Amino acid sequence: MKSATTAPGDVTSFSLGLALPLGLVFAIFFVLPLAQLLFLSLHNDTAATVWGLGQYVKFLTDPFSLAVLGSTLLLGAEVTLACLVLGYPIAWLYQRSGSRVQTLIIMIVLLPLLTSVVVRTFAWIVILGRQGIINSVLQSLGLIGTPLRMIYTQGGLVAALAQVQMPLMVLPLITAIGRIDPNLSDASASLGAGSWRTFVKVMLPLSMPGIIAGCTLTYAAAITAFITQSLVGGGQMLFMPMYLYQQASTLQNWPFAAAISIIFLFAVLAIVALFSTLGRRARGYGDAR
Amino acid sequence: MSQRQRNWEALSFQIVMTVVAVLALILIVSPSLVVVIVSFTSGFSLKFPPPGYSTRWYVELWNAWQLQFAARNSLVVALWSTGLSIMLGVAAALAISRSKTLTAKLLDSLFMSPLVLPALAFGLAALMFFSLIGLPVSLLTLVIGHTIVCVPYVVRNTVAALAQLEPTLLESSAILGASRLYTFRRIVLPLIRPGIISGAFIAFMSSFDNVPVSLFLRDAATDMLPIRMWQDLEGKLDVTIAALSSVLIIATVALMAIMERTTGLSKRLTG
Repeated sequence: MKSATTAPGDVTSFSLGLALPLGLVFAIFFVLPLAQLLFLSLHNDTAATVWGLGQYVKFLTDPFSLAVLGSTLLLGAEVTLACLVLGYPIAWLYQRSGSRVQTLIIMIVLLPLLTSVVVRTFAWIVILGRQGIINSVLQSLGLIGTPLRMIYTQGGLVAALAQVQMPLMVLPLITAIGRIDPNLSDASASLGAGSWRTFVKVMLPLSMPGIIAGCTLTYAAAITAFITQSLVGGGQMLFMPMYLYQQASTLQNWPFAAAISIIFLFAVLAIVALFSTLGRRARGYGDAR
Repeated sequence: MSQRQRNWEALSFQIVMTVVAVLALILIVSPSLVVVIVSFTSGFSLKFPPPGYSTRWYVELWNAWQLQFAARNSLVVALWSTGLSIMLGVAAALAISRSKTLTAKLLDSLFMSPLVLPALAFGLAALMFFSLIGLPVSLLTLVIGHTIVCVPYVVRNTVAALAQLEPTLLESSAILGASRLYTFRRIVLPLIRPGIISGAFIAFMSSFDNVPVSLFLRDAATDMLPIRMWQDLEGKLDVTIAALSSVLIIATVALMAIMERTTGLSKRLTG
């Protein structure tokens, strides 16, 4: 066996060159394609011979396209809010449970993340459909005469997406709440604050990094959720992913599809940047308290 | 605030949080349970509760060659892209995890970016790129596309495992005369293996289930399972799909249990 010839400090780190293979793969098959997408979107004609911002002008001056973008961003906000309201108590319960219950909670939370997206969406069709569980129960109880229309509605879609994206919210929250020093809550209580006050003034601000991380992930996942949007949302509601797919695949209008992609991409990036700015602010806020 | 008032407040807080948490957990589980129950229906529709129970749709699944063909393709692509993700991702994770240079930080953001960017945009970009360089759509293009979107999971989990590795272990190994390669094989690799495995597991699951990239990079000859299922569901609500779904759910639960036993998956994802 050879003895180490490198300086002692060196043995704890690895050569940056090990990142070279993946770096090359990313350069060729990730960065180049995206650059080409940008390049194509900057052309006014389908053959990509005339440079111009025509595709972007077309999108940004078309009320229909803007409405699609707007409803997509709104959908993301609704799903994120639903995940936060339902997910925070799960993370809270996790931190107060014994290790067996903890494992059970994690397994339940992970299940939708790991089952096929078509499967979990399909489940919602079974639940919300005309002959679905909710309608059968309500009808057998005599509460409604005709089946309610829940599938192909915004509410149904938000419920389905919230269930599907929940793990992305709960996992960062569990990590963040776990890092809060339990003494702080005790201190708050001994200084006279009730549980709700302690929750709002101590726990929420201190778990803000987890909230921000969870919101970023759920938001990005909800607005890009092609399958769930198309199956539970149905034909009546059009969101950016389906819009993009229709333009690219059905209409073969690649430059416009490319422009939609770039606009969508920047919308997602803007949201992520907004959340991370909020995150930095929140950390400052958390430290100050 | 009086003691009684405070007790009442603490109780109300705990009750509200626990009730919401339990309801949310039920909301998360019930769709999967519903699919499994409905798949055993003896009827032709997805009525709940089913009019009677039988395994006829599982028998039907046995003859659904289109679904089986798509499942085989998905499996092949998932295995290849997971393998590539492990090889490329672990090496990259080693390089960037212990380096504090700007290059390492930039590479880290680059390797993580497929997680945030809309995969559908990447799918379209990849299709246009492959057609530009004259590479026809095939299992190969699918493997490349899937590797890009799956490798972040391996990188992230390996980086997390490396962050928990005590640098002193590497130093002591070196002081005792072990070569870097020997230290890597006998110290580093065994300690980060659970992290690599759980990252690879998530990468595999997300490749097997990938829609946005496959949507653009597949054709009839390289049909992929989630897309086949999606297209079947858009036409009609097929009970065969329920049987297939419940097979997938049960397989997933079994895999999760194995992962939990061998790598402590739950601790890894919350740590």
